Amino acid sequence: METKVYRKRKKIRKNILTLYAMMIPGFIYIFINNYMPLPGLAIAFKRFDYSKGIWDSPWTGLSNFTYLFKSQDALNMVRNTLGYNLVFIILGNVIAVAVAVMLNFLKGKMNKKVYQTLILMPYLVSTVVVSYIVYAFLGQESGFLNSLLVSMGKDKISWYTSPKYWPYILTIVFIWKNFGYSSILYYAAVIGIDSSLYEAAMVDGAGRMRQVWHVTLPGLKNTIITMVLLQIGKMFYSDFGLFYQVPMRSGLITSVTDTIDVFVYRNLSMLNDIGRASAAGFLQSMLGFALILAVNFIVRRVDRDSALF
Amino acid sequence: MAGSKKSGQIALNIIFVILVVMAVAPLVILISSSFTDEAELLQSGYNFWPKKFSLGAYEYLFRSSNKLVRACVVTVIVTAAGTFINVMLTILFAYPLSRKELPFRSFFSFYVFFTMLFNGGLVPVYMMWTQTFGIKNTIWALIIPRLMMNAFYIIMMRSFFQSSIPDSLIEAARIDGGGEFCILFKIVMPLSKPMIATISLMVGLGYWNDWTNSLYFVTDESLFSIQAMLNTILTNIQFLATSAGSVGGAAVTLPSAGVRMAIAVVGAVPVLCVYPFFQKYFVKGIVVGGVKG
Repeated sequence: METKVYRKRKKIRKNILTLYAMMIPGFIYIFINNYMPLPGLAIAFKRFDYSKGIWDSPWTGLSNFTYLFKSQDALNMVRNTLGYNLVFIILGNVIAVAVAVMLNFLKGKMNKKVYQTLILMPYLVSTVVVSYIVYAFLGQESGFLNSLLVSMGKDKISWYTSPKYWPYILTIVFIWKNFGYSSILYYAAVIGIDSSLYEAAMVDGAGRMRQVWHVTLPGLKNTIITMVLLQIGKMFYSDFGLFYQVPMRSGLITSVTDTIDVFVYRNLSMLNDIGRASAAGFLQSMLGFALILAVNFIVRRVDRDSALF
Repeated sequence: MAGSKKSGQIALNIIFVILVVMAVAPLVILISSSFTDEAELLQSGYNFWPKKFSLGAYEYLFRSSNKLVRACVVTVIVTAAGTFINVMLTILFAYPLSRKELPFRSFFSFYVFFTMLFNGGLVPVYMMWTQTFGIKNTIWALIIPRLMMNAFYIIMMRSFFQSSIPDSLIEAARIDGGGEFCILFKIVMPLSKPMIATISLMVGLGYWNDWTNSLYFVTDESLFSIQAMLNTILTNIQFLATSAGSVGGAAVTLPSAGVRMAIAVVGAVPVLCVYPFFQKYFVKGIVVGGVKG
């Protein structure tokens, strides 16, 4: 009897060792890719010298940060990152919920499926390809919009050198690329709403709009909150491709197209200004972390089920 | 009542047709431009319909430039190898995480989850991969740095194992004397095909469309993927012309307006063609993966 229990234990222990063995490659990879670089955040407080490496470069205190905030660029990129994200979060979610609700009212399996398939297509295209598409519209000589303007007897617009258009262009491109994705996400939540609630509303004489207001939107509340929270938690991050590729690196419009990610990349690789790049990156990591913790803390207080963790 | 319902449906369908046109039209302008005669493009610009049809851009690309063919090979290798390694690592990490008897399970979950909350950002990551591991200008630079970037997929996979594979099944297999690897490969994985397909597709799409790893880590032209090539040509179309001179003879002039779009089509269309067949899995991936991590 005792030996049997003992043998079973031994077997379990062996199983657990095997389970751990399975995890080793992934564990090591995550450690290297995600944890090992963390001490490197200290570069932000150093005068980095390639010949000396991270640890032997001299400490410089906060000088990278004071240097960073002396320039107008730094303030612009923070404003742009937060500003664009705010617009994207509001517009993106409103449009996606509207499309999801309409998709739900639509009858007919076939057309529903076709619409879903087609609105998701922009999401599948890489940002580099998107920048080519935008170029096909906005190119100076052969762009579609300029040809249209000329045919209407108007002057061509030099899109890639005029900052005033870019907040709209980038917003349109973002919505175009992502609305299908988020619509389908919300649509899944809409289908999940108990259909008897609609029936009850109809018995009470509620029309379409009232059904949406009293049944669909309350049913979507948790999903919307979670989505918006996740997006707010990432407000210090931006879609690098959208802001780096789509404006085609035109230097004349960076005041409205630079976000923190673009700024970090440009300073790291093109200007070779590691001090500024690492200082901006450090702030991004820290503020991003603080923001997601704060957001989650507030949500836990208000509605435990919607909290992320 | 019935009448208003019908007109409502018509209105909805009209709205969706408009949405679909807005979503697809920009892709149409890209494809149509790549099939338009170069002289016509220069004269009347990019348009939704090729006014003068021509395969000139593609002919130039595949005959005069060996760079695109090479880039296609690189893209296919990276996508295939990257997806396979990524999905295997994800499964091997997620399966033990889904087993209740695993000691320190919550520690390992947190180990994964924390990477979604906090990261070192580009500078330290770049320094580590280039200085410590020296992966600059190797094929590994295109595969390794984003292997499991997405902790999301691990968590998705684990949740699937937990909710869809009955404990009793694993228990039974264990009593029959199956080892953990055997259980995973012979029982759990076959039952998880839909989820594995979903994750493979999302990961594969990520690798196919990736241009950031090349941007950060690759300057060697022979390692350029299609996306990296597009990224270079965006500001420097002459990148193609130089190779044409050495391979196809200097006589060929570069039809730059059309060729740009033709390469973009080569980068985008394979995905767009394959995707409708796997739409089911894609939508599932969005639904499961999107909401909670």
